[in-house]
Amino acid sequence: MAAAKTRASSFSRNLSAAAPSQGPGLKCGPNGLVFLSSGIPDLDKILGGGFPLGSLVMVMEDAEAPHHMLLLRNFMAQGLVHNQPLLYASPARDPRGFLGTLPSPAASKDNKSYETDPDQSKNLQEKGLRIAWQYKKYFGENQLNFDGQKGSLSLDGKHEYSNEFDLRKPLDRHFLNRQHVDCVSIQDSPDLSVLRDRCSTFSSQFPRVSCAGRIAIQSFCAPQCAYSNMEWDMLSFIRSLKSMVRSSNSVAIITFPPSLLSPSFCKRWQHMADTLLSVKAIPDEDKDLAQLLTGYQEMVGFLNVHKVARINTQVPVILEATTFSIKLQKRRYLVLECLNQAPVDGSSGTSYGTSGSCSGSSKAGNLDF
Amino acid sequence: MNQRSSNLLDEALGLDQTIEPWPLRGRAVVIEDRVETSGSFVLHHLLKRSLSPNSSNVSIFIAFAQPFSHYDRILRKLGCNLVLQRDNSRFFFFDMLMLQCPGGHEGITPEGGLIALYGKIHKTILALPEVSRKNVSIIIDDLSLMEVAVNGSSDYVLDFLHYCRTLTSEFDCSLITLNHEDIYSSADRPTFLLQMEYLADILIKAEPLATGLATDVHGQLTVLSKSMNYGQESSRNNTSNFHFKVKENIVECFYPGSRG
Repeated sequence: MAAAKTRASSFSRNLSAAAPSQGPGLKCGPNGLVFLSSGIPDLDKILGGGFPLGSLVMVMEDAEAPHHMLLLRNFMAQGLVHNQPLLYASPARDPRGFLGTLPSPAASKDNKSYETDPDQSKNLQEKGLRIAWQYKKYFGENQLNFDGQKGSLSLDGKHEYSNEFDLRKPLDRHFLNRQHVDCVSIQDSPDLSVLRDRCSTFSSQFPRVSCAGRIAIQSFCAPQCAYSNMEWDMLSFIRSLKSMVRSSNSVAIITFPPSLLSPSFCKRWQHMADTLLSVKAIPDEDKDLAQLLTGYQEMVGFLNVHKVARINTQVPVILEATTFSIKLQKRRYLVLECLNQAPVDGSSGTSYGTSGSCSGSSKAGNLDF
Repeated sequence: MNQRSSNLLDEALGLDQTIEPWPLRGRAVVIEDRVETSGSFVLHHLLKRSLSPNSSNVSIFIAFAQPFSHYDRILRKLGCNLVLQRDNSRFFFFDMLMLQCPGGHEGITPEGGLIALYGKIHKTILALPEVSRKNVSIIIDDLSLMEVAVNGSSDYVLDFLHYCRTLTSEFDCSLITLNHEDIYSSADRPTFLLQMEYLADILIKAEPLATGLATDVHGQLTVLSKSMNYGQESSRNNTSNFHFKVKENIVECFYPGSRG
């Protein structure tokens, strides 16, 4: 191998994976990935930053409860707050109507401590820099002009990567009337060509570098859609969506009811996903579960993380826990919590050390999904 | 010391002894995995071994699953520069992410699309210098997506694989494919999987542990190597089973219980 070696170092800066100008909606991660937020801060933490650009997220629905809608709403609202183009497809006749149910970002938590001092907080908001009030006097004029991206306060939460959404407050109309919000109804299409074309136009409409788009498809194989028995066509669509999303640096989320697919195709869909989640309803008044878990009464459902996106790396992500409870804090904010086993009542005689606190539950039957 | 740990896999495949001539030549390797445990690391490992600097092996990579940048980054961490190998004509990357048959306007039939792909592979091999032709590895990632690309006509995929098999006898190529076992095992008639397993000389299965997920052990590998001894000696299959942990720069393989 005596050929003259050009000085081609194996270390070359990978400029082609254009790091988007870091707007607040995007965050750099390891392996050259850029993340965008799922709209649920807890989920971002669990997934190691959020959804990586170019990935396909799939959510397996539970027919008994519409929890996947919570995920979709937060995902879409987060995109609108960050002015990221959005394409929403659903089997409803008028998908635009769903946009009216999107939540608004909650008032930033830091604001709450300043509520008692309205003049102070107004002053701080104007300067756009979060400073504990007693230290404000130490900062000169020039410091206050500093554009602090990390700790910035803002009224509408625009400068944060991931917002807490207040599910009781609808999103301001002006977010919805922007240019890059598109809706498609998939109910009447005999095949997937319409949806495919819309996704394709959506993916090519914005320059790759400066912003990332979001595609949300709800209940993709719902029976009211005419194409729902064309199994290979749906798979083929998912595959082309995946390559569209990869080449345009967007994120697509597809929810689907797994029971409506044959087992073999369900597995194919699961393999297609980069990130795979599932939601499950909690039965009301289940005394066994109530005994087993703390905080059972506040739980709305379960979220299970089956697969975390492994783009640009071969190392699998092994989470400490894969099952989380979905709770509505103060009936407004969506939080995900690890499951905690309730203290066992000594008199009942159940074994104390049967299982760990998180995914390994002794009542494997009930929580087994 | 790091070399030792991946040797269980190399041993099972016969890769630990010599790289030249390529021990897998003329053999079909089928890798099976599941949703819970991905087997792509085996593909990456085999690709790295085939592009080792001590050999003149050439790899033709047919990618249905991920773009070039993904493999480039991963192999770089494993110590192999795909861009350089590509420039040196030791690595050929066929990006099949957009292959769609039946194609929209081009009117590519499923059969036609795969025939064209086979033709391209054949042409690439013929264009190689004589010395490299004997050491070609054709790697396909992954077969279930090839089935989607041809809209479910698995027969064409099998035909394609049989054609590639002829290359293994004509040119002594090795054929390495990845497929997802749980797709077929949950189907009514897992014929495709059975045909693949029949075709394979070496079957590598990546499965999760029976006890579930763990941070120290990512799963277990079972390597079934069908003996090539025909005739007088009874052909015996060699099976090995061990646990693995996948890291950025290496795959650690160890026998169950031998890790702290």
